[in-house]
Amino acid sequence: MIKFILGRLSYLIPTFIGITIVAFGFVRILPGDPVLLMAGERGMSPEHYQEMMARLGFDRPIWQQYLDYLWKLLHGDFGNSIVTKQPVLSDFLTLFPATLELAFCAIVIAVVIGVPVGVLAALKRGSWFDQVTMTSALVGYSMPIFWWGLLLIILFSGNLGWTPVSGRMSLLYYFPTPTGFMLIDSLMSGQKGAFASAASHLILPSIVLATIPLAVIARQTRSAMLEVLSEDYVRTARAKGLTPRRVVGVHALRNAMIPVITTIGLQVGVLMAGAILTETIFSWPGIGKWMVDSISRRDYPVVQSGLLLIAGIVMVVNLVVDLLYGLINPRIRHS
Amino acid sequence: MKLKTSLLAASAMMAMLAGGVNAKTLIYCSEGSPEGFDPAPYTAGTTFDAAARTVYSRLVEFAPGTTSIVPGLAESWTISEDGLEYTFKLRAGVKFQTTDYFTPTRDLNADDVIFSFDRQGNADNPFNQYVAGISYEYYTSMGLDTMIKSMEKVDDLTVKFTLNAPNAPFLADLGMDFASIVSKEYADTLMAAGKGADFNNQPVGTGPFVFVAYQKDAVIRYKANPDYFGTKPMVDDLVFAITTDAAVRAQKLKAGECHVMPYPAPADIEALKADPNLTVMEQAGLNVAYLAYNTLQKPFDDPHVRKALNMAIDKQAIIDAVFQGTGIVAKNPIPPTMWSYNDAVKDDAYDPDAAKKMLADAGVSDLHMNIWAMPVQRPYMPNARRTAELMQADLARIGVTAEIVSYEWGEYLKKSTELDRDGAVILGWTGDNGDPDNFMNVLLSCQAAGEGGANRSHWCNEEFSDLLAKAALASDIDERTRLYEQAQVIFKDQAPWLTIDHSTVFMPMSTKVTGYVMNPLGTHAFDTVDIAE
Repeated sequence: MIKFILGRLSYLIPTFIGITIVAFGFVRILPGDPVLLMAGERGMSPEHYQEMMARLGFDRPIWQQYLDYLWKLLHGDFGNSIVTKQPVLSDFLTLFPATLELAFCAIVIAVVIGVPVGVLAALKRGSWFDQVTMTSALVGYSMPIFWWGLLLIILFSGNLGWTPVSGRMSLLYYFPTPTGFMLIDSLMSGQKGAFASAASHLILPSIVLATIPLAVIARQTRSAMLEVLSEDYVRTARAKGLTPRRVVGVHALRNAMIPVITTIGLQVGVLMAGAILTETIFSWPGIGKWMVDSISRRDYPVVQSGLLLIAGIVMVVNLVVDLLYGLINPRIRHS
Repeated sequence: MKLKTSLLAASAMMAMLAGGVNAKTLIYCSEGSPEGFDPAPYTAGTTFDAAARTVYSRLVEFAPGTTSIVPGLAESWTISEDGLEYTFKLRAGVKFQTTDYFTPTRDLNADDVIFSFDRQGNADNPFNQYVAGISYEYYTSMGLDTMIKSMEKVDDLTVKFTLNAPNAPFLADLGMDFASIVSKEYADTLMAAGKGADFNNQPVGTGPFVFVAYQKDAVIRYKANPDYFGTKPMVDDLVFAITTDAAVRAQKLKAGECHVMPYPAPADIEALKADPNLTVMEQAGLNVAYLAYNTLQKPFDDPHVRKALNMAIDKQAIIDAVFQGTGIVAKNPIPPTMWSYNDAVKDDAYDPDAAKKMLADAGVSDLHMNIWAMPVQRPYMPNARRTAELMQADLARIGVTAEIVSYEWGEYLKKSTELDRDGAVILGWTGDNGDPDNFMNVLLSCQAAGEGGANRSHWCNEEFSDLLAKAALASDIDERTRLYEQAQVIFKDQAPWLTIDHSTVFMPMSTKVTGYVMNPLGTHAFDTVDIAE
């Protein structure tokens, strides 16, 4: 097992270096730069432009900037935003709990609904339930997030008035946020109604963010279940007279969950990407919205280090999934 | 850091609760996050709304709803005969805000005023680089770095600015957000504690609202400043709910989650107007959109050709199609709400037949040109691509083939200033300080015509530039008006631009809100606003 873990960890180093190159190169490939955007319609003389670029250190050769970036990273310095002047890491840590809270709720929705739906669809293969849910999953998977989010806001918040439009909490409540997780902080505040407000603000963005992972998980569970159900050991289990519940719950589902767990792990990356749009629509102060703002301002240090931190999280989650996979599937561990 | 923020928030909350249970809270759905809370290094209106218009005040202010200059922290001022010395008498007893993080020990004095400008213009000022890499774009671009010769503290409440040359717009410059007066005592305290960067996160000013807390990208909270030297704000608490998407802002306003919102999407305006719980204020924007020919390029170096093209384009059709009627056709480079607007100027009438003939008379046939359409929405231009398409169709009618080109916004801004730019560029301007100099000098003078400058037509007319220079030196407003009116006649005659439009600015709000005054300069201030219970 230790060899397996070390093997997986050794992949992280080249991946990390690769991501720094991609993240660093990505923002610089984009046309335009922060100084031009700062000047706006007013324009800027070529001399002043050069002076500003030099002040920000962007006039140096690109390889030198990259090595400098890497050197600072190795010393734990993720750089400062050239717009807000704040350290990127502290902004990330401030905003990340909001994204994590949203992503957690979304993945819970996706798993709690997606897995049973997939199982049922497999068991009732070809039925109207199977067809309706799998078509819905296909629609969900293809849903343009921005349109979907706005549609839900107009319907549930605008027309019906059931949910708040955007934000994390009613602005009438005001309390310290030591953890950054609004559900926890609202409970800790002891203010009446605060938790309900935080929870109601989570409903629509969680649904929107969960849409694609839910569709993927439901379809993956269904196909994994179908595959497992046709296996000999399931037939044997049935033949020896086990109850259908036990056949499905113990023999089939446990084996079908192996690929599903990998899928769930991979959805973390999808959630991070989805957060960019979901957070923008719902004014959710997380890292997705932060990245969008920073890209549009060409805030190089924030984009390159922000991407790196997000990629780091996705990598760690995938590593954990890999390890879990090894844990539940001895064939992988021993191969 | 986090714990500190939390503790601050908690103590602020206690302060707010202590304000009483009937506290009036005004919620403003702002369009974006402020870049920081020190107005001097930034150029974005979003930042100015959140910092300059709430926390700070300036020596002079623009009277609400106008661009006329009224006393601010300076209760009076005198200008020397030669226009070189401006002496400001400060109000006595103006208090800097007391916050959880700073308690002032003295009132505002001349040191604060000098410090506020010196830190921007003097690289040797220890506070100039209180955060590494910081720059003061407005101070430089408004020319204060070359304009101010010296600043002198005459006494505690008197400051004298000496200029290198007379400059009439100087006073208006001092009313701009970047010229907000900051506390030297606070800056010194932070420097001594090695926490200079906090100056940009925890502001202390003399304005109508006291900063309470900022939850990044989500909420900014303020409370009314009990020591404000002006009329006390009507609301107890002011909250900025940061909501970047215009459609979502509109939904929040309709749902009662906020009371006021800026920048509605043009498509939402009718629905907002139809809502009985909302009112939509509107005002002619202090802006202009234009199509700038490259006057260095043949055949656009010939004013007849430019005029012919101007006559071929149906501007009213653009206003109807692109602005849905929420704007007016522009004939001058400055908007009609600005003083010195020359209404006697006659616009080039839309007349394709005459345009065609004029082009032929100029010896131009089979003309191919590029029209640059910017890739972003701006207050003066909601859809440049559509505008360019309409122009393209109009030009085709007189036999001119136009191709539409575009670039990423930063690239567009840069490439459009290049001297050998191929084609005419759609762009525009929103006024900074209500002075005609801020339009005509910035956008059309010879000084601005070089590469990187804002004069995208590269049009350099000595007579026009001389009039502007004279107007900047004159202190008599009647004299200045006369000079700017003459300049507009030359502009129209020479036609370096097709002047497209002056757009209308909308401000939807709850019917509970009273006292809101739209600011022609586009900033949003809430010190005069009240809200019904």
